[in-house]
Amino acid sequence: MAQAAAVAKPPAPPRRSRARRVSATPRRLPYLLIAPAALLMLGFIAYPVVSVFYYSLQHYNPTKPWRNGYAGFDNFVHAFTEDPLFWDTLVFSAKWVFVEVGLQLLFGLALALIVNQTFVGRSLGRALVFSPWAVSGVLTSAIWVLLYNSQTGITRYLADLGIGEYGTSWLSDTSTVFSAVVVADLWRGVPFFAILILADLQSISKDLYEAAEVDGASRVRQFLHITLPHLKDAIILSTLLRAVWEFNNVDLLYTLTGGGPAGETTTLPLYIANTSVDAHNFGYASALTTVAFVILLFCSMVYLRLSKFGGESK
Amino acid sequence: MITKDAEKVAPVTPAPAAPEPPQRPRKQQRAWDEVPRWQIYLPLSVYLVFTLVPFYWILLFALRKPGSTSLVPWPVTFEHFEKVWNERSFGTYFQNSVLVGVVTLLMTTLVALAGGYALARFDFKIKRGFMLALLCSQFVPGALLLVPLFQIFAELRMINSLGSVILAETVFQLPLSIILISTFIKNVPYSLEEAAWVDGCNRFTAFRVVVLPLLRPGLIAVGSFAFVHSWNHFLFALMFLSNQEKQTIPVGLNTLLSADSVDLGALAAGGIIAAVPVVIVFAFIQKWLITGFSAGAVKG
Repeated sequence: MAQAAAVAKPPAPPRRSRARRVSATPRRLPYLLIAPAALLMLGFIAYPVVSVFYYSLQHYNPTKPWRNGYAGFDNFVHAFTEDPLFWDTLVFSAKWVFVEVGLQLLFGLALALIVNQTFVGRSLGRALVFSPWAVSGVLTSAIWVLLYNSQTGITRYLADLGIGEYGTSWLSDTSTVFSAVVVADLWRGVPFFAILILADLQSISKDLYEAAEVDGASRVRQFLHITLPHLKDAIILSTLLRAVWEFNNVDLLYTLTGGGPAGETTTLPLYIANTSVDAHNFGYASALTTVAFVILLFCSMVYLRLSKFGGESK
Repeated sequence: MITKDAEKVAPVTPAPAAPEPPQRPRKQQRAWDEVPRWQIYLPLSVYLVFTLVPFYWILLFALRKPGSTSLVPWPVTFEHFEKVWNERSFGTYFQNSVLVGVVTLLMTTLVALAGGYALARFDFKIKRGFMLALLCSQFVPGALLLVPLFQIFAELRMINSLGSVILAETVFQLPLSIILISTFIKNVPYSLEEAAWVDGCNRFTAFRVVVLPLLRPGLIAVGSFAFVHSWNHFLFALMFLSNQEKQTIPVGLNTLLSADSVDLGALAAGGIIAAVPVVIVFAFIQKWLITGFSAGAVKG
């Protein structure tokens, strides 16, 4: 058919019909192309998620096989009514995510605005400022353990200068541990926001600022009325992704404090990891995971609704 | 010489009678652009101190003699590195980590390339569903799926083989990679491909010859994320690999960290070994990082 059409009309159409023929032939091609990704995700994300839901309704503990079996909502009831640790970790998770994401956004925004200026040494400055971005949670822990340790850490040299006492560590004192961990996570978290916001800043047209300049708008006003509205979507999306990430990621807390001292820095996911890895209480851990999913989903939806993300496009 | 001098002098001499219109706005813009220098350098240097002191600290501990409390790593010693590399088997860990990182990079890029191409160039029935699944899976934390994943790999008899970690890392890297690559492909005009078909290429050759070269920056960004992520991530390795000879660098670091009395010199040296490949990759991709991120979806 396509061939016949091509013969019938000489110069221009054959081009088009031939192109159409190539693009029309493979009906199954898109499915073949997404098949590897889809199969991998079905097997290693979807199936595990379903099995978490299933196990949340079971007593399942390989070390106590005699109790294994259908549990109904026992696990959930236990979490909400009998497990004070669950509430503690939930409260700490909220505090952790809120403080971390808020501070990272604040510093990241400021940093992006600074390195978006033209100045001598800008590319070096950017590279140095962004460098902790690629550092892993475990390595961050290693670095800050070196800084915080009681014998040769930063407190020793501060004590040499007459500030504080010898032999103290900010990680083992319940009054300082939160700030200590927050600072360590800020160190590697701020570049994420700075990189993202900088990328978005560069897409703002210079004309807007020139026009504002002509109208006599101060730099603060320009920031409030041009920069901030433009950055809105990027800020919403990156805070949401980061909040989910900060909630889920246990690398840093697991290795830096292990959730201590005295459970002071245990987030819900860390508690879940401990419950499943150390206590082998897989059924209960699955129930807690389900709760975590629901919370994440609920918070994300509320957040997107409140921020009216992408509202104008509808 | 003379011409050069003339060029130098030229800008200094006042502009000829008719002021050139394009010069005006540029001058104005520059005047506006002038944020006082101290407002840039002061906060920047304060922040740089915060960023760089921890890096200095780990170098200090890795290079100075055990028991020294000097703030300068002099005389330099490499005994911590030797100890960590040989006695604490970081040499083995390093090989394992490289293997995991490289294979994850290759698998992620290949699978994401196929999926991204399908999303960018075709309309098909389950496209919306697939997109939604990709977005939602961003919210599914690997850390919370440790137990079912462990069971799956136990079924597949892959516990204690690097394959389990590679598979898990690849899977959790895929959603973002596919989204990124499909945006990159969308930025390449379809007409280029069509032109290649007219010249007699089939779809695959057209893609390889025309699209692939243009995707290079995007692919480098996606591949580097996959590498850095799998290099850094440690929970999967911690869970699925109990055999010490199979473990990766982050697990090795964690072992050093969780020892009863932490050997700080060894920890610092191990940390630097862990950082080197990432630093190299980072220096390499920095150029593309900002533009790559502009494409949209991002994860830490």
